[in-house]
Amino acid sequence: MDTLTILQHYWWFVISLLGALLVFLLFVQGGQALLPFLSDEDGTRMLAVNALGRKWELTFTTLATFGGAFFASFPLFYSTSFGGAYYVWTAVLLCFVVQAVSYEYRSKPANLLGRRTYDVLLTLNGVLGPFLLGTAVSTFFTGAPFTVDRLNLAAADGTENVVISQWATPWYGLDALADGWNAVLGAAVTLLAMTLGCQYLMNSVADDVFGTRIRRLMRPCALGFAVCFAAWLVRLLFATGYAADPATGTIGAEPYKYLHNLLEMPYVALVLLGGAAAVLRSIGLGWRGSRRAIRWGGAGTVLTVLALLLCAGWNGTAYYPSLADMQSSLTIANSSSSLFTLRTMAWVSLFIPLAAAYVAWAWRAIDSRPLTRGELDGEEY
Amino acid sequence: MDYLQTVDWSRAQFALTAVYHWLFVPLTLGLSVAVALMETFYYRTRDDSWRRTTRFWMRLFGINFAIGVATGLILEFEFGTDWSNYSHFVGDIFGAPLAVEGIMAFFLESTFIAVMFFGWDRVSRGAHLAATWLTAAGANLSALWILVANAWMQYPVGCAFNLRTVRNEMTSFWDVALSPVAVNKFLHTVSSSFTLAALFVVGVSAWYLLRRREERMACRSIAVASVFGLVSAVVTATTGDRSGAIVARVQPMKLAAMEALYEGREGAPLTLAGLLRPGKTAGALAGEDPFVFRAEIPKLLSLMSFRDADAYVPGIRDLVEGNAERGILSAAEKMARGRAAVDELRRYRAAREAGDREAMAAVEREFDPATPEGREFLREKFAYFGYGYLETPGQTVPDVPLLFYSFRVMVGAGMLFIVLLAAVWWQNRRGTLARRRWLLRLCVWMIPTAYLASQAGWAVAEAGRQPWVVQDLMPVGVAASKIPAGTVSATFFVFLALFTVLLAAELSIMLRQIRLGPEGPEDPGPEKL
Repeated sequence: MDTLTILQHYWWFVISLLGALLVFLLFVQGGQALLPFLSDEDGTRMLAVNALGRKWELTFTTLATFGGAFFASFPLFYSTSFGGAYYVWTAVLLCFVVQAVSYEYRSKPANLLGRRTYDVLLTLNGVLGPFLLGTAVSTFFTGAPFTVDRLNLAAADGTENVVISQWATPWYGLDALADGWNAVLGAAVTLLAMTLGCQYLMNSVADDVFGTRIRRLMRPCALGFAVCFAAWLVRLLFATGYAADPATGTIGAEPYKYLHNLLEMPYVALVLLGGAAAVLRSIGLGWRGSRRAIRWGGAGTVLTVLALLLCAGWNGTAYYPSLADMQSSLTIANSSSSLFTLRTMAWVSLFIPLAAAYVAWAWRAIDSRPLTRGELDGEEY
Repeated sequence: MDYLQTVDWSRAQFALTAVYHWLFVPLTLGLSVAVALMETFYYRTRDDSWRRTTRFWMRLFGINFAIGVATGLILEFEFGTDWSNYSHFVGDIFGAPLAVEGIMAFFLESTFIAVMFFGWDRVSRGAHLAATWLTAAGANLSALWILVANAWMQYPVGCAFNLRTVRNEMTSFWDVALSPVAVNKFLHTVSSSFTLAALFVVGVSAWYLLRRREERMACRSIAVASVFGLVSAVVTATTGDRSGAIVARVQPMKLAAMEALYEGREGAPLTLAGLLRPGKTAGALAGEDPFVFRAEIPKLLSLMSFRDADAYVPGIRDLVEGNAERGILSAAEKMARGRAAVDELRRYRAAREAGDREAMAAVEREFDPATPEGREFLREKFAYFGYGYLETPGQTVPDVPLLFYSFRVMVGAGMLFIVLLAAVWWQNRRGTLARRRWLLRLCVWMIPTAYLASQAGWAVAEAGRQPWVVQDLMPVGVAASKIPAGTVSATFFVFLALFTVLLAAELSIMLRQIRLGPEGPEDPGPEKL
């Protein structure tokens, strides 16, 4: 393996790790999706919002970093997917904008829209955010209708023909919803986020009434997640994927590609199994109301998503298959940045452990003592 | 599909997001430092009055922070959604600072802001102070990297074109990160943001003094903010001067448009104030006087631009029509060279489609910087690649009136801020500020003026870059995604409505919080500082 290939794999690992952390941190969205089931009268909604509100910036930051890192390491994906699946990504952005302000504004006097409106916006973000992200990630396996020709830039006739990456349908990303399996993964991610949201709230709020309510809410979410995810995963193992010929880079269809990937990369399969087992254990712990559930749920989610994304991009797999022109499909080899940029960015990525260390310190400092009703008067949200 | 309409709507959408984003960011950048300074006083004195003051400004910071972050996320992703060709053509370079921003700055900011708001009773005083400073550091580091990316668009260095990937690729990270444009842009933008935030603190505090409320907090806040603002405003002016000298060399058209200087001349004067004849750009190019009236300082433009009072400053006509005597190529000549470069790309495409490897290899040699002919082609032709997409030489001229007036608003306001902050600092130090009610009223009015100046500065920087998205290499007209104009216009109005509602909510909340004042009982009256 030459240096460029190693760095392409390294950066796909970094992207996958950031994506996995993002899915874990969607517990904030999952918690927000539960707000309609919590009440203002008994104070449970206020407790949930204030516990979740301490973490929304981290989810936001991880999303922004995920985007920036993807742009830097695989710019052709950035230009193809974002510039093509326009509706989906714009909807994701709108979802996240309303989240940020809702936390800061909902309890402030003179907030114009009223607390109830901001709570509705939080719920919308909580449901739509994970669903749309899950649907978008599923297209890493099911594909999207686009074409790529870098030399379109030579078509200098002042028309859209000059655009390098083009979407082949007029739906600009909404077509992803037409594939039911994308929607199934979207639903799975939403329900997982809600499950993790419950587990986080069990851990970070000390209140009996609240704890009982949350534990009951987690059960149907966890069951729904398990069913959706298992169905999607089984389907994935039998799916046909696109693979690049290592010698020529030519892309062809390969039945059972993702199953082959797991068999050919047993360490990825082990990570997937370990992650899935940890998530199941977290559900078991959460079922009984254990505060430790989020630790297993968080670790399991990160491992599972990491393994799936590695399965999507490593082993010569086209991580963004084109349904319009097979040879336009994106692989980590044909869509990456240059050797120089990947190498420079690899040095920068050494800051990630440092960032992880101070995030862990801050998390521990803030969450070392669970939130109680007595503290709500002085809280921001 | 009319691609040019798509380009226009994409520009409108990006400009809309950037304008709204920049309503919130400068206050975040500056207020984070001001709050950290105040908390440092609290840490050193253990005086609860400082803690109360810190918490008040921190609350305003939090209200403003969220919407700045939200609009910033949209901007980052709009590079992909709206500017797909751009993202590919320069993503190898432009993406890197965005990733560094995320890894080094966003996490720092978002992690410690939680400690800053929720950690008062959960971590030690020292750890809390460190968290506040780290939040400020994170916010300003974030500005550093996005400004490095922006500076590269204005002055593309540290890169080379790769024919096989049809994109520009980074060859030197440090050339990108430490280019004079990047360093100066960062210092200028951040110091101007500090100034804006300082004026905000001074203005709000002046309002309290006018109402004879919270006088101790107001005087203490003014004591911190006036010094902080004065130093920042002087740095802004200094870096602004340096910025002019850099622009003169790397973006001469921007400088000429800022000055509405159609005819180049030696010992060029700086126009202090003036009124342009409406719609006379074409006439001015034909030699008509573009001004109704103007007041100018002789030779100052030459002096500021080239540090030589007699230096020749090229005018818009020189840059459009060329000036052989001064060695300035005409836009038409640059367009011809750019078209030659684009034609080579087209030849490469035809050869690829025909499977003609020999012809492909011939074009590859043209673009090879390792050979003398390759170096010459890259220097003489490819350096003007973006001109190959322009249709008329006139397209190289940005909106002159917009630049001319924006520049004067920015500079005029900047000078006023220095005088005002110095006066406020002096009066506050003497303990006579509360009696100078006209000055207090002026301070309140400086808040919107600071925002106006800040927006005007970006108008100069970005409108002055037109028609380029990357100076000389890629015009805006070929940078957009292939999305129907109707779709982009629809999302433009959605964003417009959303941002406007959120801005109204932010202003409403902010004003109410200011009216409510800090938490807890008011501190006793003013003190001699």
